[in-house]
Amino acid sequence: MSTTERPLPTPAHTIGPFYGHALPFPGGGEIAPPGHPDTITLHGHVLDGAGAPVPDALLDFWQAAPDGSLSGAPGSLRRDPSTGGFLGRNGVDFTGFGRVATDADGRYALRTLPPGNAGVPYIAVCVFARGLTHHLFTRAYLADGTDPLLDALPDERRATLIASAGAPRTYRFDIRLQGEGETVFLEFP
Amino acid sequence: MALTQAEIDAEIKDHQDAYDKAVAGGAPVRHHPARDYPPYRSSRLRHPKLPLVAVSGGDPETVELSGPVFGVTDITEIDNDLTLQHRGEPIGERITVSGRLLDRAGRPVRGQLIEIWQANAAGRYAHLREQHPAPLDPNFTGVGRTLTDDQGRYAFTTVKPGPYPWGNHTNAWRPAHIHFSVFGTAFTQRLVTQMYFPGDPLFPHDPILRSVTDEAARARLVAAYDHDLSRPEFSLGYAWDIVLDGPSATWIEEGR
Ligand SMILES: [Fe+3]
Repeated sequence: MSTTERPLPTPAHTIGPFYGHALPFPGGGEIAPPGHPDTITLHGHVLDGAGAPVPDALLDFWQAAPDGSLSGAPGSLRRDPSTGGFLGRNGVDFTGFGRVATDADGRYALRTLPPGNAGVPYIAVCVFARGLTHHLFTRAYLADGTDPLLDALPDERRATLIASAGAPRTYRFDIRLQGEGETVFLEFP
Repeated sequence: MALTQAEIDAEIKDHQDAYDKAVAGGAPVRHHPARDYPPYRSSRLRHPKLPLVAVSGGDPETVELSGPVFGVTDITEIDNDLTLQHRGEPIGERITVSGRLLDRAGRPVRGQLIEIWQANAAGRYAHLREQHPAPLDPNFTGVGRTLTDDQGRYAFTTVKPGPYPWGNHTNAWRPAHIHFSVFGTAFTQRLVTQMYFPGDPLFPHDPILRSVTDEAARARLVAAYDHDLSRPEFSLGYAWDIVLDGPSATWIEEGR
């Protein structure tokens, strides 16, 4: 196909059950530099339509840096060129990207710095799982407030996008794939 | 109780017929699989029942119109050669898979991370929780990474994966495939998919491939054997271009 044509998109497929040795990487859920005093924790369950935990979901996270920058930085998967092993992030650059596989209880936790995007701060989430033929986008808002997306939703649906503050600097955000309290999932036409 | 392949085939046909009829009646072509696709049993409790909510476009502050970036620190030189990761050579038919990463405007997507994973030549994943009684290959892990170059090109050297059984129904077998995880310049362009090999007899029976009900879209998941990409005395070549869907900030700047 030439670059002058407008090619049609490659269809999505499920991530399947066997990505565990390929996609997760050490420190994937540790976007914040170790010991940073502003570190926040976002955590929760991924649940299916029967309310059962989803133990084989993979979550990708993307967010603005604390200063609002959306440029990101390389080095989330920083590698050792001699051994091929993972070195972890360099502890200086804020990459804005995180990746966490849910555990056997369907839980995840992300440690990061507060996003500094314009308006109500949020972390963008992309959900993959066995059984999900096509990934799902959602947002974990860290506060309630005036926001074009939130304001267009009825109250009970709006609530599914707002993480609840628990212990200091800790936010709970459950993702319900189906059924009662189903999370609002997004498309970007 | 587990269904038979014949019962699954009948369900696949029903969904295919319904889609074809809808398109003939003027419904839009659907490039991606339905999230609710009953022949793929695991989708039943895992798809949202409420419609997706559209995020109004055009606001450059929208976080998802930008995305994570990766660089040379995130890969090592030989990560795109899955035959070099152990002391010995993996068993199987050596292949090279290459192509270009493009956006919907046909422009190359440069410097982006492509990750792949696959079963070995016998159809077994190195994933230890998998219990298919086919042999593991001590010289094959089946995981690779690369960054697209300035023309959006990528290339992997690996062995051709085998088909493998799975528990969707009785005697369910996946056609041979390589899983791909791809980033674009925007988080909205994120793609996880699978690449197939031409002429696989399992295509008609596979609920995962058939979840893409548009025939032309399904064909875009199948690589082409390309003799010019085959390397003498070394490997057979397959060509497969990847086109990312979804808007990006650069797209909006240009007014699409
Ligand atoms: Fe697979």
